[in-house]
Amino acid sequence: MPAVSKGDGMRGLAVFISDIRNCKSKEAEIKRINKELANIRSKFKGDKALDGYSKKKYVCKLLFIFLLGHDIDFGHMEAVNLLSSNKYTEKQIGYLFISVLVNSNSELIRLINNAIKNDLSSRNPTFMCLALHCIANVGSREMAEAFAGEIPRILVAGDTMDSVKQSAALCLLRLYKTSPDLVLMGEWTSRVVHLLNDQHMGVVTAAISLITCLSQKNPDEFKTCVSLAVSRLSRIVSSASTDLQDYTYYFVPAPWLSCKLLRLLQCYPPPEDGAVKGRLVECLETILNKAQEPPKSKKVQHSNAKNAILFEAISLIIHYDSEPNLLVRACNQLGQFLQHRETNLRYLALESMCTLASSEFSHEAVKTHIETVINALKTERDVSVRQRAADLLYAMCDRSNAKQIVAEMLSYLETADYSIREEMVLKVAILAEKYAVDYSWYVDTILNLIRIAGDYVSEEVWYRVIQIVINRDDVQGYAAKTVFEALQAPACHENMVKVGGYILGEFGNLIAGDPRSSPLVQFNLLHSKFHLCSVPTRALLLSAYIKFINLFPETKSTIQEVLRSDSQIRNSDVELQQRAVEYLKLSSIASTDVLATVLEEMPPFPERESSILAKLKKKKGPGAVSVNELEEGKREGGELNGGGERGDNSAIAASNASTPSPSADLLGLRTGPPVTAAAPSAGSLLVDVFSEAGVNDDGFLRDLEPPTESSDSLLAEGPGDSDSAPPSVVSEDPATPLPESNELLNKFVCKNNGVLFENQLLQIGIKSEYRQNLGRMYLFYGNKTSVQFITFTTTVTCPGELQSQLNVQSKPVEPLIEGGAQVQQVINIECLTDFSDAPLLNIKFRYGGALQNLTLKLPVTINKFFQPTEMASHDFFQRWKQLSLPQQEAQKIFKANHAMDTEVLKAKLLGLGMALLENVDPNPENFVCAGVIQTKAQQVGSLLRLEPNAQAQSGEQMYRLTVRSSKDTVSKRLCELLAEQF
Amino acid sequence: MIGGLFIYNHKGEVLISRVYRDDIGRNAVDAFRVNVIHARQQVRSPVTNIARTSFFHVKRSNIWLAAVTKQNVNAAMVFEFLYKMCDVMTAYFGKISEENIKNNFVLIYELLDEILDFGYPQNSETGALKTFITQQGIKGQHQTKEEQSQITSQVTGQIGWRREGIKYRRNELFLDVLESVNLLMSPQGQVLSAHVSGRVVMKSYLSGMPECKFGMNDKIVIDKQGKGGTTDEPGKSGKQSIAIDDCTFHQCVRLSKFDSERSISFIPPDGEYELMRYRTTKDIILPFRVIPLVREVGRTKLEVKVVIKSNFKPSLLAQKIEVRIPTPLNTSGVQVICMKGKAKYKASENAIVWKIKRMAGMKESQISAEIELLPTNDKKKWARPPISMKFQVPFAPSGLKVRYLKVFESKLNYSDHDVIKWVRYIGRSGIYETRC
Repeated sequence: MPAVSKGDGMRGLAVFISDIRNCKSKEAEIKRINKELANIRSKFKGDKALDGYSKKKYVCKLLFIFLLGHDIDFGHMEAVNLLSSNKYTEKQIGYLFISVLVNSNSELIRLINNAIKNDLSSRNPTFMCLALHCIANVGSREMAEAFAGEIPRILVAGDTMDSVKQSAALCLLRLYKTSPDLVLMGEWTSRVVHLLNDQHMGVVTAAISLITCLSQKNPDEFKTCVSLAVSRLSRIVSSASTDLQDYTYYFVPAPWLSCKLLRLLQCYPPPEDGAVKGRLVECLETILNKAQEPPKSKKVQHSNAKNAILFEAISLIIHYDSEPNLLVRACNQLGQFLQHRETNLRYLALESMCTLASSEFSHEAVKTHIETVINALKTERDVSVRQRAADLLYAMCDRSNAKQIVAEMLSYLETADYSIREEMVLKVAILAEKYAVDYSWYVDTILNLIRIAGDYVSEEVWYRVIQIVINRDDVQGYAAKTVFEALQAPACHENMVKVGGYILGEFGNLIAGDPRSSPLVQFNLLHSKFHLCSVPTRALLLSAYIKFINLFPETKSTIQEVLRSDSQIRNSDVELQQRAVEYLKLSSIASTDVLATVLEEMPPFPERESSILAKLKKKKGPGAVSVNELEEGKREGGELNGGGERGDNSAIAASNASTPSPSADLLGLRTGPPVTAAAPSAGSLLVDVFSEAGVNDDGFLRDLEPPTESSDSLLAEGPGDSDSAPPSVVSEDPATPLPESNELLNKFVCKNNGVLFENQLLQIGIKSEYRQNLGRMYLFYGNKTSVQFITFTTTVTCPGELQSQLNVQSKPVEPLIEGGAQVQQVINIECLTDFSDAPLLNIKFRYGGALQNLTLKLPVTINKFFQPTEMASHDFFQRWKQLSLPQQEAQKIFKANHAMDTEVLKAKLLGLGMALLENVDPNPENFVCAGVIQTKAQQVGSLLRLEPNAQAQSGEQMYRLTVRSSKDTVSKRLCELLAEQF
Repeated sequence: MIGGLFIYNHKGEVLISRVYRDDIGRNAVDAFRVNVIHARQQVRSPVTNIARTSFFHVKRSNIWLAAVTKQNVNAAMVFEFLYKMCDVMTAYFGKISEENIKNNFVLIYELLDEILDFGYPQNSETGALKTFITQQGIKGQHQTKEEQSQITSQVTGQIGWRREGIKYRRNELFLDVLESVNLLMSPQGQVLSAHVSGRVVMKSYLSGMPECKFGMNDKIVIDKQGKGGTTDEPGKSGKQSIAIDDCTFHQCVRLSKFDSERSISFIPPDGEYELMRYRTTKDIILPFRVIPLVREVGRTKLEVKVVIKSNFKPSLLAQKIEVRIPTPLNTSGVQVICMKGKAKYKASENAIVWKIKRMAGMKESQISAEIELLPTNDKKKWARPPISMKFQVPFAPSGLKVRYLKVFESKLNYSDHDVIKWVRYIGRSGIYETRC
């Protein structure tokens, strides 16, 4: 650059600026500026032409005034004149003024463009640079239109100076960013890419920024840059620290360039060419090696530069995710940083490890640092680092260390910063759910969570724990017990009361046997919290009370008393009042049977994406939860709620259905459930209640949704509300027949209602009733998309010999399902004789033009036609002995799939359809059941004996199941079916 | 009620901070500084609401006085108090400036303790305050018990603004009618808005506890008396009576008597005080008429001619006349020719300022200027701000006349005739503008 010549000091400007600085008040400043402006105006107006120096000085003053925040509406012309000066300083000020003050003013733009063009075509590199800088600084569309064609030419021309090339590359980058449509690279592409080979490191650095930006838009065109970048990188990495002279920064060769190269490579997949790849891996290894070397300087700049390259290299390694060796080394390197005294390094290390943890190759390596990370969580002073540590713990968690990590996070939660508590709570909740092997642990964890950080436990968390408890019958008893104990604390959080109310209302019976938690004790415990709670919680508790009436008739009078009290029945809150009135009425007019049906245990929730995960995703914003993690979440979620067999929750309903009931309309009379509100007369109420079993107590379902609107009449809910399709994450290809249909079948052995199948498009809900040898099944097809399904057809077929064993009639279903709508199909089933296979349901429809084909097994199993038989002990053993032929007996010994919980087992056996006989077997641990299978041809009496053995060899829990029936095929089939259930 | 009071210098540094109520936190001080004093855009409203806290401010030269409250207070009361506060400070140490405030630091806190109690304004009468808050703290100790108890009984008594036992050798009384006339006139000479706000300021040096009665040519009073058929005969000389739109009085005036008889009677404080304040809008005598003439010659030249005419008795003399003619923002040069006075282009204020020392009534004078302009890129036209004027005339533009001021002192042996009375009228310009 030309040296500043003498006399360019611009004393006037300095005086003016110091005057402004000395102004005492704003008014004084404005006065001074007005004076100066008038002076400049008179100078510019003056007849005698100004020399370059004064012009420059006044333009400078104007610029200064403008930057102080005052409007400048003159002097542009003088600035443009400066552009044509031959002096560097004058030209510079002219360009400065224009890049700061110019707007798209038509006449001036033409002049300015002209001046810029002149400078670009001059041979003077400094002038060219000034012009390029001005273009880049203005960066407007007009500039792009005028110069987008010229700049690439300057960039690739052979005779352009290096410094100009640098400026040209960056200028082009800027224009590309503002108006990408105007910068057409086409013919220049290869030559621009070859700038990577330029001798001058500055040119390479500038060019690589441009290439990175361009290649993000059209990666294919710039593919060739990969090998060039790799060779460039390897040359830098292998160079000695003195080789690159000007570009060596504190003993690190060209750190910026290296970082940019590594970042460019992250735009592309790993190179396919083996040689290139080998070279790159070598480079990465060298970088990792260099990190191990002792530092060449103690200066912080040295380590910063070195670490910048290292972290960029690690993100490249993570991006490739294909070199286990490198991944593990990167992980180890980061592990060293975890204990570095530099806070920033610790932060970066934790952050990078988070991404490493999601790679299958390095997951294990990351896990080795668990102690350090936990330590960081506990002792780190910087809150942002602690947050990263919590993130990393979340990312590295898997089955093996879930318990430890969750325990650590829980203990940290007690002292955690308020800002991250809610997120921590969500994470704990997700991890606990995702990796729960033992559901009692899960329940413990969540209840602990509510205890420690109740305020931060969002609705989703406790909704989820209830969903899981309802869907997993093996934890229900335990959950009830734990909740009961937790509620005994003198002060417990409202969320705890909510969970407690819900669970005790559903499963209080499972712990009612213990005198310490007798029904009345349970009720009193819940009611003691009632007055401390907010309205929604009170509403929930009222629902729990009515459930108590059903579960424990002995509490009826106490609860009715509570409901009748003025504080409930005349409550100012309309929701509470309505509930109190309705529940009171319901409990006093409805018979026990009706109550039992209305207040039946909640049906399992349809599988859905964990709402907590969704919330965390929302909180973190898109992209924060890595795709990998999500996939994992899906997998785990599916396994958790879908894979395991579900016990029968509606055991009571099933047994109800088999006992004589006033419902006359069980089969054949109606073609579909009523849509209208129930008439108030008792007779029709009963009918409706029955046909809508499991749907009516939407009051409970509503508790799981945010309770906003006041409840509709309890009995007036439309059909199928609870079946409306929630989103699911289980994703199967709907076109292929399902391999797990057998498993699906098993799910329904002990229950009649639930979700049969669900994928992204379709959800099939099922509701069935059986009586004698007849059955009726309602299938609900829910369209989960917003697009309609056309030519929707379903066919039910009985393969092979099943045709003669089972008579299945299906009513045709409407061929069109609107988006989000649900249609219903009724299937009537008649059992002719005993059978072992299941009918097939084939569904075909068009979704957005693609034909979807789906085949499922209908959950019709022989046990559905059971009629329970109550008998005394001696009767049982007499019949047991009668069926002593070897082929009449089927026996199986198998390992327990679930925890042995007496209540759950009972519920399952009831769901099977047989009568559970108490006090029959001399060993109280054993279960015996009796029932008759009703077929059209004959009746098959069956007896069953289940002997749990909690402490068999090697601590495994085992069962021995024995089934005897008058027909050998029945025995065998029942045994097969049941063995999967326990 | 007022929660606190802050005084800042021009840089926004806090000079005085007095908080009266707990609802005002420490951050209120900064909130006002950040949002008002250092605001990017100049704050023009005297009331600013920041985070449910109201700030009322007035500015005296470079000093900001701000009252803060969280309650819904009477804004007029707060401003009245702030003005009073300014008056009190001026009475104690003269001009309100940063230096004076720093020098009288203790005094100001003492005053603030006295005139505001838990945010409620108390007696702010300078005369009364001066008896017990003095600048010479030591002197107070020499006061006798008797004197002290006298102060107490006076301040807490019925006539808190005057103490007993004042004696003057010469009973004198000065009465000033100070008015400021505001005008906005169209270029064609049509009055768009005009009003006069006036004050009657008295300085009394009277012995004992005199009872005074003040009379002026208020329309209602005159009409009433006219009906009664007593003093004034109608149609004596031009305008007889004036219509006062609204007025306020010093606390010494017996309002009940004013309400019933429209007579202003009072026991005056000793020394200087403002007896009343009033406002009129009808039949205002406009002392000057400004006739502007602006001609644009091409894009680069502007010719301005302004004529002023004085419109009052030829025997009277107006003083300190100043006419301010705004110039466009792109003025590059000005040539001025004027017959009378001096005129100058002030670039720093973007205006031509024309000053005339004296001018008799019924005269006229003119100025003409040529303004050269610099062509600009800006397309927007010059907004042509109005021409403003300043002056001082020795009469009341509202037409107010003092009819009498009677003094009765029954206990001491002087009568109304023995009191020497001085009456003076001063009319000043307020915002006196003519559009061009």
